Amino acid sequence: MSVDAATVKRIGRLARIRIEEEEVAGYQSELNAILGFVEQLAEVDVSGVEPMTSVTPMTLRRRDDVISDGGYADKIVSNAPLSEDNFFMVPKVVE
Amino acid sequence: MTDLTRLSLAQARKGLKDKSFTSTELTGAYLKAIEAANPKLNAYVAVTGEQALDMAKASDEKLAQGQGGALEGIPLGIKDLFGTKGVHTQAASHILDGFRPEYESTVTSNLWRDGAVMLGKLNMDEFAMGSSNETSYYGPVINPIRAEGGNANLVPGGSSGGSAAAVAAWLCAGATATDTGGSIRQPAAFTGTVGIKPTYGRCSRWGVVAFASSLDQAGPIARTVEDTALLMTSMAGFDPKDSTSVDLAVPDFAAAVERGVKGLTIGVPREYRMDGMPAEIEKLWSQGLEWLKAEGATVKDISLPHTKYALPAYYIVAPAEASSNLARYDGVKYGLRVSGKDITDMYELTRAAGFGREVKRRIMIGTYVLSAGYFDAYYVKAQKVRTLIKKDFEDAFHAGVDAILTPATPSAAFGIGDEALAADPVAMYLNDVFTVTVNMAGLPGIAVPAGKDGQGLPLGLQLIGKPFDEETLFAAARVIERSADTDFSPKPWW
Repeated sequence: MSVDAATVKRIGRLARIRIEEEEVAGYQSELNAILGFVEQLAEVDVSGVEPMTSVTPMTLRRRDDVISDGGYADKIVSNAPLSEDNFFMVPKVVE
Repeated sequence: MTDLTRLSLAQARKGLKDKSFTSTELTGAYLKAIEAANPKLNAYVAVTGEQALDMAKASDEKLAQGQGGALEGIPLGIKDLFGTKGVHTQAASHILDGFRPEYESTVTSNLWRDGAVMLGKLNMDEFAMGSSNETSYYGPVINPIRAEGGNANLVPGGSSGGSAAAVAAWLCAGATATDTGGSIRQPAAFTGTVGIKPTYGRCSRWGVVAFASSLDQAGPIARTVEDTALLMTSMAGFDPKDSTSVDLAVPDFAAAVERGVKGLTIGVPREYRMDGMPAEIEKLWSQGLEWLKAEGATVKDISLPHTKYALPAYYIVAPAEASSNLARYDGVKYGLRVSGKDITDMYELTRAAGFGREVKRRIMIGTYVLSAGYFDAYYVKAQKVRTLIKKDFEDAFHAGVDAILTPATPSAAFGIGDEALAADPVAMYLNDVFTVTVNMAGLPGIAVPAGKDGQGLPLGLQLIGKPFDEETLFAAARVIERSADTDFSPKPWW
């Protein structure tokens, strides 16, 4: 499988990374080099093999469904580039 | 007076306890060394001198009363990936410009609990993605070690290149690091230092900037095996805030260091004998086996048949997880923001400006392999291959192998700005060919310097252990360290 220029632009949009026109060819060849490298996995017979979901045999711990943390909105927004009254500020989303 | 920075961590610990010197003196000596060396080596991205001296003073008060923790007064460098409250934490990326967390990572909290002193934050590949420390927004770290008679700058390896360089150049007594595909062990091998990636789940990931969550694991780099064992004992431990943290007691790792290898079976995987492997690495590997045999270990040939598929599977799994983890950098919650005509425009411009090329490349690959229609062909397939890789190791351990010896890297440190590597991302990725299997299987692995190549550059060996059996790795690595009996430290030129 290999990617064409249109796919590079589509991936850029999905990843929310602006890809300028002059960058497309570079990404295309780099991504194809990596995809070419991973292609060799096709040789491996994985019939009947379960995909790994946890590298250590464990089940996720559960805790009581109660509030155990929080109440510091000022700290949450303290690193925001733009905030007001403990809200993150973003460009207008809804007309 | 002797140069305090040259002491091993264990020696410094003893000196502090015996009141031969104070932590303020030791910390001051390191800060002075950093000031002199950092303009040339670029190992630190932030030095917290005032905080360091405050912490040292507090340690001195405890030490004066015969109190204090296991690392009381010991000055450490912290990789920029660890969240440190109120202090520069940017994963060496532009996109986290100005980020100062309101929290402290569990691993660093554990170190401060035990009395360690923070000297500053260490340079690294951006978001821990790289094998040469050249992808940092803060510029490359320079390896303090140079070829004999040469003056060309070499890379310290990556992604924990700042950690390894700072340890080798006596700019800290030890350092924290992280390893997703080899990022502790490869830089340790390139700088003649010791680095261990513990078993997945041994050290909490809480508060550490995430790269690939199912592979990321924190560990120490230090100048001796004993020093790494001392650091590991403090860093490790169960943490309910990390859902993959394992609830197991932490052994006194330093107590295992002199245990020896008598009666152990050391596996030698034939698949690690790569085509085109330099003869000196092949020779070093055989030498390492001889050393272990001489101390009573048995050597056994083993097969890990899926070895060659670990790296390609890694380059699906790690970018996929990274693309998901790095979605949070959007110009809204922290760090860099580039304004645009609407919110999508702002996201795209912020991420284009904030991430470096290697990071963008990996996010793109990850986004592609997770996108509709490709998920099963790439991601699910890679996770199945990962199951097979892990089974290879399990079979070897069931057959009676206690630890596995391999080379740590396919070469010694290479030059800064290597053009062939820059032109071919896959060639750079091959640096991790011996280390990445260990992350895929969640096992512990230690890199220990064992010899030098024809140019006098350090070469490392890697020992791979059973899950949660880091003690055997410390013991076997110590045998190699003692048998090699070589000074791997740099000749200061900076």
